[in-house]
Amino acid sequence: MTALKKPDTARPPLLETRDLLIKFGGVTAANNVTMQIEAGKNLAIIGPNGAGKTTFLNICTGWLKPHKGKVFLEGKDITPLPPRKIVRRGVARAFQIPQLFTEHTALENLLISAAAREGLRNPLQNLHTISQRDEMMHLLDLVHCTDVADRVVVELSEGQRKLIDIAVALALKPRLLLMDEPTSGVASSQKHEVMEILVGALSEAGVTSVFVEHDMGIVERHADEVAVWNAGNVQLRGTPREILEHPDVIRDVIGEEVA
Amino acid sequence: MSDLSQNSSSRGAVNSGSMPSMRALLTLLAVLLLAAVPFIVPSMQLLINLALAKGLAVLGVTVLLRAGQVSFGHALFFGISAYAGAFLTASLPGADIILVLIAGVLGAAISGLLVGLFVVRYRGIFFGMLNLAFSMIFWSILEKFYHITGGADGIRLTRPSVLGMALERDSFEAVVFYLSVVLMVGLGWFTLRWFASPVGQIFQTIKTNETRLEYLGLSPKRALLSGYLLSAMLCGVGGSLMAMTQGVVTPEYVWWVRSAEMVFIAVLGGAGSVRGAFIGALIYEIVRVYASAFAGDIWQLLLGSFLLVIILFAPGGIMGIVDGLMGRVSRKQHATAPEDAR
Repeated sequence: MTALKKPDTARPPLLETRDLLIKFGGVTAANNVTMQIEAGKNLAIIGPNGAGKTTFLNICTGWLKPHKGKVFLEGKDITPLPPRKIVRRGVARAFQIPQLFTEHTALENLLISAAAREGLRNPLQNLHTISQRDEMMHLLDLVHCTDVADRVVVELSEGQRKLIDIAVALALKPRLLLMDEPTSGVASSQKHEVMEILVGALSEAGVTSVFVEHDMGIVERHADEVAVWNAGNVQLRGTPREILEHPDVIRDVIGEEVA
Repeated sequence: MSDLSQNSSSRGAVNSGSMPSMRALLTLLAVLLLAAVPFIVPSMQLLINLALAKGLAVLGVTVLLRAGQVSFGHALFFGISAYAGAFLTASLPGADIILVLIAGVLGAAISGLLVGLFVVRYRGIFFGMLNLAFSMIFWSILEKFYHITGGADGIRLTRPSVLGMALERDSFEAVVFYLSVVLMVGLGWFTLRWFASPVGQIFQTIKTNETRLEYLGLSPKRALLSGYLLSAMLCGVGGSLMAMTQGVVTPEYVWWVRSAEMVFIAVLGGAGSVRGAFIGALIYEIVRVYASAFAGDIWQLLLGSFLLVIILFAPGGIMGIVDGLMGRVSRKQHATAPEDAR
């Protein structure tokens, strides 16, 4: 924390939260959450259902406003900003339930994302002819969805929609990508392959990621760091090995997953 | 509320399928046929002109349907534009026809922006009813401020000049007629292109996912406002043409029935379809005029039943039926499924 008081000498963390507090009725979904996310890493968030993992992502992206506490992006307070302004500062998000334009095709979803990123305004230009089309096709290829590029999203499987949702977020060329269970819905035989590609793409593009995950196999193989959530706060933080072998985690989190 | 817009396709205009050439050809033929009306059936010129004016306003409503929103008050912009033109010719007798049109559309755009800034915060039934409320407020103003607006009798829109010339009635009507045809083609083309453009596509995503829109760094309200402005201006063009055709503007221009009629025609033609807006308006006007002449007061019954049949059996409207037929022809030719481009 001392480093933060001297912003000139030390680079502030990419994302930082201080004392986040939010309550829903009697439930405290974020209980004084203070954490720092350093650039260039893939941080996995694990924890039992209802521990406040998604709430944390919602607060970081401005969807929920904390009752107390602040969120900083590279040292700048972004707490009062609406999601769209946080997105424009380089924070993208993929959802647990894919948030896509269901009447558009997979490719069109990405093209719209690219158009949003570039601020395209020409009312006479066809969306399909924008210069980012090849880049978007490449992104679709990356998430193994080239064959469904021209299919309307509502017709696709849950797994495909999840991947397109991530691709839509990646199309924004974010600095930080927050993902909520990126591989849920993806066939278990493909999970590791998808994560492999995703993590590779993220590191190639220099994107820091935070992903909520229930699959410990995924966490072990693809995360650089793990934060364990419990009762609205970070209980433990460390490398995947340290965390997954920790008796508390085995008892509280992994035990539940196995059950 | 979304039921009415259920069948509006947001992706139709983006993809070009196997039918465009056929569709373009049919559109061209229809436009040529319309342009020939003053020569073939001069008695129908006025009727067709009114239908085209209405069609442009319906196009405005159609734009909103693409975002899944139904406005029951868009006659407001139709009326504001008409009154703006009437006030202009009253204070500037013999003003040019283009000036009258511009004044009208400007009036519609400004009011569209002001009302839009407020209503884009709402969706569905609230959006529809708030629009209705605004139109009825304006209607009361027109009715009550008699000394300015002429009350229920309205005010005359004296015949504008055309390129500095004061034309006789017949020539002026011909000018307005062809201006309407040109505007129908031009604005119809523009709207189709706009639907397919990034801005238009972003506007149409309001219908399916505003959360994602926000997480693309965009404001759903602003996206809706862009289409709302376009829709208000299209209604303004329609209102101005109608006022110049009729030569008089009355509060009936903004009466709720007029707004409902626009929604009715939009659904009849094919909710969300650009061509459907004009085809619907033409059919509606022709049926209205001829049925009321021959079938007295039951013309509403006829139209109502027709709409019922459309909603139940052809939810894509008249354009949906046309596309279905064309799809069948094209399937026979190519043995491939047609794209849903309207």
